[in-house]
Amino acid sequence: MQSLRWKLAGHALALLATVLLGGLLSATLVRLAPGFDTDERELDPHLNAQSAQALRQARHQDHNILQFYFSYMKRAAHGELGTSLALGQPVRSLLRDRAPLTLRLLAMGLGLAWLLTLTLALSAAWLRLSVYDALTTVVSGTFLCIPAAVLALLSVLWNVPGSLAIALIVFPRTYRYTRNLLLKAYSRPHIITARAKGLGEARILFWHVVPVVTPQLLAVAGVSVSMAVGAAIPVEALCGLAGIGQLAWQAALARDLPLLVNITILVTLVTLLANSGADVIGYVVGRQEA
Amino acid sequence: MSLGQKLACVVLVLVLGASAAANWLAPAGYAKQYREVTNAAPSRTHWLGTDEIGRERFARVLYGTRISLLLAPAAALLSTLMAALIGGLAGYLGGAWARMAMAVTDLFLSLPWLFLLITARALMPLNVSPLVSVLVTFVLLGLLGWTTAARVLCATAGALRASDFVRQARAAGLPGQRLFWVHVLPNLKPVLFAQFWISIPVFILSEANLGILGLGVAEPMPSWGSLLKELEGLVSVGEEPWKFVPLVLLVVVVTSFQFLLSRQEEVAA
Repeated sequence: MQSLRWKLAGHALALLATVLLGGLLSATLVRLAPGFDTDERELDPHLNAQSAQALRQARHQDHNILQFYFSYMKRAAHGELGTSLALGQPVRSLLRDRAPLTLRLLAMGLGLAWLLTLTLALSAAWLRLSVYDALTTVVSGTFLCIPAAVLALLSVLWNVPGSLAIALIVFPRTYRYTRNLLLKAYSRPHIITARAKGLGEARILFWHVVPVVTPQLLAVAGVSVSMAVGAAIPVEALCGLAGIGQLAWQAALARDLPLLVNITILVTLVTLLANSGADVIGYVVGRQEA
Repeated sequence: MSLGQKLACVVLVLVLGASAAANWLAPAGYAKQYREVTNAAPSRTHWLGTDEIGRERFARVLYGTRISLLLAPAAALLSTLMAALIGGLAGYLGGAWARMAMAVTDLFLSLPWLFLLITARALMPLNVSPLVSVLVTFVLLGLLGWTTAARVLCATAGALRASDFVRQARAAGLPGQRLFWVHVLPNLKPVLFAQFWISIPVFILSEANLGILGLGVAEPMPSWGSLLKELEGLVSVGEEPWKFVPLVLLVVVVTSFQFLLSRQEEVAA
């Protein structure tokens, strides 16, 4: 119990430090980006000199990156995430409005990817037919060689949901690891003996294979969340889905500092939470097995 | 070498050869416009038809292949060198240096690769000359793609640091710098080669993703990414199947790399 607490505390500390550094990194990148200092509104002929000066003054506050970041963190602690420069709306409401679509997309995409992964990997391990194994490897290998953005474009072309595109981007990566893990587990001597003694496939799977591969599979599941989040950007941008991926894309193009910093922190948080969660669950499962 | 790997080698040599001979194989340059035949279907004069402003698609595919296949290895070389420097040195020095380097690596790895790449590329200048856009795209790939390799190299260098021959060399009074360059770095070579080869298909695919999103190589210079952007305007797959030629070529080349890499991945693991 004590070691689990230490592990949790370690994860929490690493997570906090990485999230804070990630936010600072993105703020620095945006600050250094060419065109950061310009504001299209200053070109508006309706504005007088004082208004243009006020706009410049407002941007001047963001010049010192550390000052900007610390004041941002202070405001964020009170739930104030700032206002998007490009969209002119509070970042909090933008994220709140767009998060459900992205979460749905990610959940469905990941669910489909893992369904496909487990079905194909388990059938490959059960059937042990070289033709079938080669076929599934070729299918997953082909999807591995297609750029994520092309899969997004094809999903628009064939009018299929964006979640399927995400599933097809994630599936080949998870399939490769899962297939190898399962094949390795099924080639263990005690499982070969169990098979030879006539033990049912379901019993072998749930009693002898699942406990062995669960910690590694959980780790792959954690990484797959990061892959899906990355894939959500081209999918949402090219399929015209108004989610956080599309928002990230717009924020980067518009060099929208407040929006980009918040999205980077959010993405880092989601990725790290998924990885840490998978690690902790894997640790608990591993200890129970031991 | 298996039959599949031999076949992959032949495919890569053929594609590389064709792209290197683009000046002779293509009837015109990649930017030459045939204004009288815009959006043309394949014919005897234009083997893959022309695009919406009348540029020869066959010429653009050849030149685009050349750019993607020359610069992806260059970016892979840059990222491998950075990984060797950061990961290798951190692993060799150990202690606080290794922890610090790995913390930075973790920070980069905690951001999804596509998110990091798209964000960083979008923040770079977009309104630049085609040549500069090529350089910006591939240098960025090299600068951001070192993290996974650095992690592997840090672990390998750490193991080497604790090995008997390094301890013996240190005990014999060999200076640290010489120890690193003469004894540690040469032993990292197999891992460095493996990481270099693994990075190439990753960077080819990343450039394609950037190109489709309009953040890759600028017009009129072609690359696989900018050629694939044409798929955006398609209404159905059967309508103009020749527009899929760059995609087929990309899949064939990346698959060939994957075949060749099956051994390299074992070394890198």
